[in-house]
Amino acid sequence: MYRYNDFDEAFVRERVRQFRAQVERRIDGSLTEDEFRPLRLMNGLYLQLHAYMLRVAIPYGTLRVDQMRRLADIAERWDRGYGHFTTRQNIQFNWPRLKDVPDILDALADVGMHAIQTSGNCVRNVTADHFAGAAADEIADPRPVAELLRQWSTDHPEFQFLPRKFKIAITGSPNDRAVTRAHDIGLRMIRNAAGEPGYEVLVGGGLGRTPMLGQVIRDFLPAEDLLPYVEAILGAYNLKGRRDNKYKARIKITVFENGLDAFRAEVEKRFARLRSEWKGADRALLAEIERHFAPPAFREAPLDEYEAFRAANPAFRAWTDTNLHPHRAPGYAIVTISLKKPGATPGDATAHQMRVMADLAEAYGHGELRVSHEQNIVLPHVHRSDLPAIWQRLREADLATANVGLVSDIIACPGMDYCALATARSIPVAQAIARRFEELDIEHEVGPLKIKISGCINACGHHHVGHIGILGLDRAGVENYQITLGGDGTETASLGEKMGPGFPAEEIVGAVERLVLGYLAIRRDAEETFLQTVRRVGLEPFKGFLYGTEARDAA
Amino acid sequence: MSRRFTPKVVTANRLIEGDAVWLTEDDRWSPDMAEAELIEDEAHAQLRLLFAKGQSHLVVGPELVDAAPSPTGPVPVHFREAFRTRGPSNYRHGKQAEGLIPRGRIPGDETTHV
Ligand code: SF4
Repeated sequence: MYRYNDFDEAFVRERVRQFRAQVERRIDGSLTEDEFRPLRLMNGLYLQLHAYMLRVAIPYGTLRVDQMRRLADIAERWDRGYGHFTTRQNIQFNWPRLKDVPDILDALADVGMHAIQTSGNCVRNVTADHFAGAAADEIADPRPVAELLRQWSTDHPEFQFLPRKFKIAITGSPNDRAVTRAHDIGLRMIRNAAGEPGYEVLVGGGLGRTPMLGQVIRDFLPAEDLLPYVEAILGAYNLKGRRDNKYKARIKITVFENGLDAFRAEVEKRFARLRSEWKGADRALLAEIERHFAPPAFREAPLDEYEAFRAANPAFRAWTDTNLHPHRAPGYAIVTISLKKPGATPGDATAHQMRVMADLAEAYGHGELRVSHEQNIVLPHVHRSDLPAIWQRLREADLATANVGLVSDIIACPGMDYCALATARSIPVAQAIARRFEELDIEHEVGPLKIKISGCINACGHHHVGHIGILGLDRAGVENYQITLGGDGTETASLGEKMGPGFPAEEIVGAVERLVLGYLAIRRDAEETFLQTVRRVGLEPFKGFLYGTEARDAA
Repeated sequence: MSRRFTPKVVTANRLIEGDAVWLTEDDRWSPDMAEAELIEDEAHAQLRLLFAKGQSHLVVGPELVDAAPSPTGPVPVHFREAFRTRGPSNYRHGKQAEGLIPRGRIPGDETTHV
């Protein structure tokens, strides 16, 4: 995995030193809040409803063992003993005190981590497929390129004051697990007819107030042109993006208002110039970075004991059925550790749980962990013969929930329990839905179903791309939840459609239950997923399940 | 015709801890909304907000928010403010863990008080 070189190390330390002095000046009164606010935001420090919140970047979701342990230490020493993993592969600490933050940032710098560019109108944490470098279906590991983009965009003088924040996601697999079409730039590794590696480049995706799916701006970009092309897109956006209206400032609006063709022409013009200016420096750097991402030395071992344990133990079998994904190396699997035990807060892990996961990665996982945008933790490289031991340790730490991809594997943003921008809560809704389906004990029968919940239109919970999306709103001083149906964040992406009037908090669980039971009643067979059924029959039958015919006529 | 003034309190977050606090009549910042000064007059509200804005060495983001009188002191009108007197729903952290009694109503949530 990538380790900081001297330049990275010096840069991050210098930023911590500066921020320490800025905090001191804020506390002694030499800086006002208006002066200090942009400085703290540049270092990932927000002020939320009950406390400050520190957002730490986990570039492309990859964590080493020592980094995960350090997050546990921080949670214990300076926070309330836990951390919250987010849909952007970040971790948030919900209770730091202002005067402790410089020490926290130093503790992060010790293990090559930081909170830079986790806020503000700059290029944010570059996210990637959480199965990168491990998945059987992958063309190539996208993380070296993600790291190149991180280095290039960090403190890039031209792109520190973009019209608005800017999010890039990259996948090396045709099966899109990185929600690339919901990002300002989405990059998909592909091969052309001649078998050469390159990218399909998507631009102008984003959720929030005006959800849009990214459009193809280049159907095949040769691999070596990536950085100049991305720089050309940023440059064009920096110039043409609107600065008069915050709600129209994202690149999706720039592309929409100018038209994709006009925007592309501007990008291509810049690209032609930039391409010759780079003179291959980016390629040299990428080659250097790639050395850090060499695959681990996979081993061979017999699988008899694993198979025997699996045959004898139904709980283990259920877990292997839902929480494993095909690995490219024979005998190996990708393990997803669910942070979604029914009743738990989606994405939260205690310091103890973080240490258990780090220990497991060290003992059995080639020292690597991943954070998924679905708010789970992944052990990307595990030999199947080690799975029984792993599962037993996970069980002891309350981490062996067998629900990945099922109803209770819900994405939920912090919502009004923490977030100053929220219009309603999301966490209790996720908890109640998961508990209800645990009671009904039907989620394995229901099969793949993604529920995603946001506590306001900013859509951090990705509700537009949930098979069932839930958006929390404030209707005349009462929490109210609006349902969208048929969203999809993968390679077959679509935006969910609004169903009708929202539901108050005490009715939302029942509403979701009616949708799921309705699906079970009308699906063609057990093979037809929830999303496929929605696509086949359309929204009307589901409106019937939700509102009943009478209520719908009245609505 | 002037609309009737909705009573207000001045609230902010404390500079170091970041927790919610309310301005009292005797110019203190209290973590307990019960102690807040309930302001019933527009002109006085502006004066108190001005005072609060001069306290940037102690608090962040002072603002006026709607409140209502009660026998035990001011209570929030909106559920967002009720949360600020209590803490999050998913853990017993924040004010609810510090011996403070949550104030105001959160519609649909029976666990609310005062
Ligand atoms: S969606 Fe809204 S409530 Fe949820 S985290 Fe984002 S800004 Fe906060």
